[in-house]
Amino acid sequence: MHDGPGELSVTVEVNGQLIHGRVEPRLTLADWLRDDCLLTGTHLGCEHGVCGSCTVLLDDRAVRSCLLLCAQADRCSVTTVEGLASGPDELSPVQRAFMECHGLQCGFCTPGFVVSVTAFLAANPAPTDDEIAEALSGNLCRCTGYQGIIAAVRRAAEHMAEARGEVS
Amino acid sequence: MKPAPFRLHRPDRVAEAIELLSVYGDEAKVLAGGQSLMPLLALRLARFEELVDLNRIGELSGISFDGEELVIGAMTRQADVEVAPEVRKSAPLLARALRYVGHFQIRNRGTVGGSLAHADPAAELPAVAMVLGAVVDVVGPRGARQVPAEELFAERWTTVLDVDELLVSVRIPVMPAEAGFAVEEVARRHGDFAMAGVACALSSGHGRVDRARIALFGVGRTPLLCPLVAKEMEGSLLDELHPAALDELAALATADLDPPDDVHATGSYRRAVAAHLVGRALINSLEELRRA
Ligand SMILES: Cc1cc2nc3c(=O)[nH]c(=O)nc-3n(C[C@H](O)[C@H](O)[C@H](O)COP(=O)(O)OP(=O)(O)OC[C@H]3O[C@@H](n4cnc5c(N)ncnc54)[C@H](O)[C@@H]3O)c2cc1C
Ligand code: FES
Ligand code: FES
Repeated sequence: MHDGPGELSVTVEVNGQLIHGRVEPRLTLADWLRDDCLLTGTHLGCEHGVCGSCTVLLDDRAVRSCLLLCAQADRCSVTTVEGLASGPDELSPVQRAFMECHGLQCGFCTPGFVVSVTAFLAANPAPTDDEIAEALSGNLCRCTGYQGIIAAVRRAAEHMAEARGEVS
Repeated sequence: MKPAPFRLHRPDRVAEAIELLSVYGDEAKVLAGGQSLMPLLALRLARFEELVDLNRIGELSGISFDGEELVIGAMTRQADVEVAPEVRKSAPLLARALRYVGHFQIRNRGTVGGSLAHADPAAELPAVAMVLGAVVDVVGPRGARQVPAEELFAERWTTVLDVDELLVSVRIPVMPAEAGFAVEEVARRHGDFAMAGVACALSSGHGRVDRARIALFGVGRTPLLCPLVAKEMEGSLLDELHPAALDELAALATADLDPPDDVHATGSYRRAVAAHLVGRALINSLEELRRA
């Protein structure tokens, strides 16, 4: 029950692979992913929960990795933007839609958007425009003006419907 | 690493958590969803030697319903409460208000207990708990007690809980069938804390309002119930509550407000917005009531 001031051991399934580590209690999941796992796709903007660029899936739910201690991800599964596509040269339907619809410019915010939208469409495969706007409210983009991102969400929903064999 | 060093305790049971809190006193802080506490630690606005993480305490999560009360464990995630069928049925106002709480990524971690215990004056859930007549269950080294929501909030970011007490669940009584609800707010962007907001719960019988609860948030040091409006409304015939009467009630609800100025809005703007929102909340909840 008592963990000393020193390090804690963690085992986290990251993008399908079990990773063991020893971490300081105050290390956030975001810093661990970037600095220890060298998965720098997860970006850090504000580091206090506002911008959404650090979003990852924790047991399939989108969360802020800057607001989670690495130790809290012990025995959980984490998916980062690097783990969304089915292979190294592949794009996930959401990634492909962002590319096609100019859903990114500098790309800083993009991993957070892509992860958030992936979770959102899994829960709501045919969203209305209002639902899309609400779902995107937790991610900030300084470049695009959001219209390309909104178009990408719609396009991704179409790609996914097609993949399920539904005609759109 | 942004937060200052701390030790992390991860108890499995409420009793262990209480023991830790009573040993460490104000050196310890409870960590729930972390959606308010982690930013405070990252910005070093707060610093604690010992963090007591509640996330492994299974007994603190879950929703149950016994026909009279909805009981929601403190660690139940806001996102799970939002979609729970029993919440939508028995406490629709809570489900509606949760959509205004941050963003879905925040609600996936944020907890109902954390939102109440954090007592942000602009938060939705404290005001909703007040208008629904909710009661929180509190456990500490001196035993268990129950605190009505309207007595829970002492100050900005401060409840009446002692440092070694834990909020373990919230109980929400089921409203009568003839009821109407509304939650209205104005925020800079969807999901931001409100500049001003109002929660409202009305019920009626035989064509008259029998219970009216209105609470404002974002305009004071705690959420504020409007007892004068309740007194005016209770006993009124529904047919008497025409638009002009509602405007008067909205003015009454906000007459004594003195909201603070801050970077988001001036106090007088907040007050004007609050009056408008009370009017809208009364119209919408009455409409729902008349349909019920
Ligand atoms: C970008 C962003 C936007 C947000 N927008 C909103 C919003 O619009 N409206 C809103 O209401 N909130 C908002 N929040 C805050 C969010 O709802 C938090 O989840 C909530 O305020 C605290 O809940 P938590 O479970 O995350 O608690 P934590 O952050 O873990 O804890 C908060 C405080 O409560 C104490 N505490 C927690 N649980 C207990 C318990 N069971 N017993 C005793 N003490 C306890 C902790 O010690 C701490 O002091 C936002 C947060 C972010 C990051
Ligand atoms: S870096 Fe996590 S929300 Fe901005
Ligand atoms: S593409 Fe530059 S911040 Fe969004």
